[in-house]
Amino acid sequence: MVATCASATARTHVMAKSPLTNMIGSTNMGGFFAPELAWAGFHHLVIKGKAAKPVYLWIHNGEIEIRDASYLWGKTTTETEWAIREELGDEEIKSAVIGPAGENLVRFANVMTGIKNSGGRTGMGCVMGSKNLKAVAARGTMDIKIAHPIDALEYNKQFIDQITSAKVNQTQGALGTPFIWGATNSWGGVRTRNFQYNQLEYADEVEPENIDAWSKKSCGEYNMTACFGCQVHCRAKYKIPDTTLAQKFGLVGKYDEGPEYTSQGAFCSEPGCTKLDTLLIGNHLVNQYGVDNLEIGSIISWAMELYELGILTSKDTDGLDLKFGNDEALLEMVNRICYRKGWLGDILADGGIPAAEKIGKNSFNYLVQVKGMNNLHSDERATPALALNIATASRGSDHLRSRPAIDLYHLPQDVMRRIYSSPVPYDGPLSSDQREYIGKPWQVFWHENCYMAVDCLGICKYHTVFLGATLPNFEDWPKAIYYNTGLEMTPKEIWDVAERCNNLERLFNLREGLSRDDPKKGDTLSHRYFDEPCRRGAPDVIGATIDRKKFKEMIDEFYEYHGWDKNGVPTPETFKRLGLDNEPSHLL
Amino acid sequence: MEKVLMIDYQKCTGCRLCELVCSVKHDMVSNPARSRIKVIKWESEGLYVPVSCQQCEDAPCMNICPVKAVFRDKDTGAVMVNYSVCIGCRSCIAVCPFGAMNFNPLDKKVFKCDLCSGDPQCVRFCNVKAVDYVDATKESSIKKRDAALKISQAGKLGATIQYEG
Repeated sequence: MVATCASATARTHVMAKSPLTNMIGSTNMGGFFAPELAWAGFHHLVIKGKAAKPVYLWIHNGEIEIRDASYLWGKTTTETEWAIREELGDEEIKSAVIGPAGENLVRFANVMTGIKNSGGRTGMGCVMGSKNLKAVAARGTMDIKIAHPIDALEYNKQFIDQITSAKVNQTQGALGTPFIWGATNSWGGVRTRNFQYNQLEYADEVEPENIDAWSKKSCGEYNMTACFGCQVHCRAKYKIPDTTLAQKFGLVGKYDEGPEYTSQGAFCSEPGCTKLDTLLIGNHLVNQYGVDNLEIGSIISWAMELYELGILTSKDTDGLDLKFGNDEALLEMVNRICYRKGWLGDILADGGIPAAEKIGKNSFNYLVQVKGMNNLHSDERATPALALNIATASRGSDHLRSRPAIDLYHLPQDVMRRIYSSPVPYDGPLSSDQREYIGKPWQVFWHENCYMAVDCLGICKYHTVFLGATLPNFEDWPKAIYYNTGLEMTPKEIWDVAERCNNLERLFNLREGLSRDDPKKGDTLSHRYFDEPCRRGAPDVIGATIDRKKFKEMIDEFYEYHGWDKNGVPTPETFKRLGLDNEPSHLL
Repeated sequence: MEKVLMIDYQKCTGCRLCELVCSVKHDMVSNPARSRIKVIKWESEGLYVPVSCQQCEDAPCMNICPVKAVFRDKDTGAVMVNYSVCIGCRSCIAVCPFGAMNFNPLDKKVFKCDLCSGDPQCVRFCNVKAVDYVDATKESSIKKRDAALKISQAGKLGATIQYEG
C-alpha cells in the first residue's frame, strides 16, 4: 500500500539472512524512502551478490544505475545522504544508507533513512556492508494509480480521524515513544543494570515530560515531526545541549530526532545512567553510525555487569572503567563497537553469543537474549503474554512481531472477545489480567498474524491495534485495500496471507537450526526470567517471575494454534491448509 | 468574504500528506510531483515550509500571460488557468515569486492551486493546521496577535533585565 492514499504508508522493509541470529533477518523503518522508491517505479528490490568496491544504487523513474561510492565510504548516515543529493543535484533524493557500523560489519548495524528512521533489528546494515553497498538512492515523479481515488481519499480521512481520536496516539503525538518508558518505568517494567533490577530511580531528567521540555526549548513549541503521510507525528526534534560531555564529543547544538523509548533503555535504564545529555548524545551517535540502539545498549550493559563481576577486567577494556552509571564509558563503548576498536569493542561487535564464547567464564549466563538477539529494555516477568511473544518471535527476541501490548489495559472481557474472535472465531479463555497465563497464547498468535499483515501492507503499527484497542484492525483493511488497489480481499484472506508468511519464516528458521528448548536458538527465555524475581515496582510487579511449567504449557498451546507439532514444526495438514504444499523448504 | 490559505510553517510536521491528497484530488493518482502545494524541507535542521499559491492581488502570472489565460475566480478569489486559451508558454512559471505555478510534462500543461473550489483538501487533511483556510482579514488579525504577544514578552524580559540590573 506504500505511497497510496491509505494512511501512513511510509514503511520500508528489509530482509536477508541475519548475521546476528543466523535466522530470519527482517527490519522495518518509516520515513520517506519507500514512497520515493515507489514513485521511482519500484516496489521491491532484490539485491544479489557483492560489488568489488563500494557502490550505491541510483534509482530514478524506472531506471537503476550502479554508481561509485568510494568517496562516501567512511561517512556517517546523514553525511552520506546529503552527499548523494549534492552529487546528483536533487534535494528530493531519499536514500537508505549504512553508516560506519555497517561498513565495519557490526552484526547489528542498521539500514537508515533520513535523520533517524532506522531499519534496526537483525543487522541488515551489516548485510549491506558485506555487499559493499553504501546506499540505495531513489527519486521519482511517476504516478501511483489509485483504483478508486475519491473513495480512497474519503476513507483515508475517516482512518485518520479514527487514529488521531485515540488518546494513546494523541499522547504519542505529544511526547513520542518516551511516554511508554515513563509509564513502564513507574510501574517497574523496564530492565535496568542488565536485568538485575526493573526500575530506574532518580530518572527525572530523562522522564518523557522533561525530554519534551528540552525539545520545545531547543526546537520551538511545535516540536514534533512525522513520517510520510502520518498524522500521529510520534517523534520529537531536539538539539544537543551545551554540556561538558557534549563538548567532549564535539556535538554541542547538533540537530537530531527522537530519542525513542529504546534509546531511553539503551542509554538510561540498562546502563544505569540518568543524564539527559547522555541520552541525547547516545541517540545521536547510534543514528549517525547506523547501529541498533537496542542491541548496543544491551550488549554494553551486559559487559558492564561482567566488568563489575570481575569476568571482564580493566585489561580487557583497555583501561575503561566500565561500571554501571559511567556515562562517558558508555558513549565511548558505542564508538569502540561501531569502529571495532580495542579487543572488547571488536568482539562485542559480533553480537552477544559469539562474544560470550570468546569471553568464556560463565559470561553467557548473564546474557539476556533469544535466538542470539538481545531483548527490548522491558521486563516481561510480570507479563507472561509479552514473555511468550519475545520467546517465539521469528526474528529473535522481538516486541514488534507479536506483542499484545493492549494486554496491559485490563480491557473488559467483551471488548477482548470482540478483538480476538475476528476474523477467526475463538471461544477459548481470555483474561484481562496481564499477570495471567490463561488465554495468552491465543492473544500472541492473533497479534503475530495482525502485525505480519500490517508489515505486509506497508503501514505503521501505530495505525493498528498495537497500543490502542479502538484502532484499525482486520475489518478495516479490506476497504483501504480495495479503494487503493482494486483488490478485493476479506479479513480472513488477509489473515491467511499473514499466517502463510509466519509459517515460511518458521520454515526458514527450522532449516537454520531452530530447536524449541535450545537456549541459543530456541523458543525460550534467559534463565533469569524464571529464577530471579522482580525486585522493584508496583505491588503486582514485585516478586514476579515466569513460571516454567506454565510457560511450557503456553508454548504447547501456541504451537497448537499454529498447527505445529510439539517441536514447533508445521504439520503436513498445516501446509495443506495454507496451500504451502509445494513450498520446497519444508523438505529440508 | 474571500478566504486565504494561511500557512504556519512552525506547525508543519513535514509529513507531506497535503502533497499526496492534492494529487489524488486533482489528478486521481498519488504523485507529489503533481501537487499544487509543496513542503520545502531543510531536513538537517528539522525545518519544513509548505509553499502554495498566495492568489496575489496583483498576480505576476496573470499580468505576464500573453493570451490572458490566467483569470480570477469570482467566488473563491483563486487565480485560475483557462486551458482553452492557454498556449503552454510557461511565462507564468518564470515570474511566480513562490514557485507556485507548476508544469506537468506528461499532459504539457501548467497547473496551480485552485483552492479546490473553496474546500482545500490540504487544509482538510492537515490535523496540526499548518495549512489553514481562513478569512483574509482573520489571517492578519491572528498574525497581529502573535506579534503583540512576542512584543509583550520581549517587553517583560527587557523590564526584568533592567530591574535586575
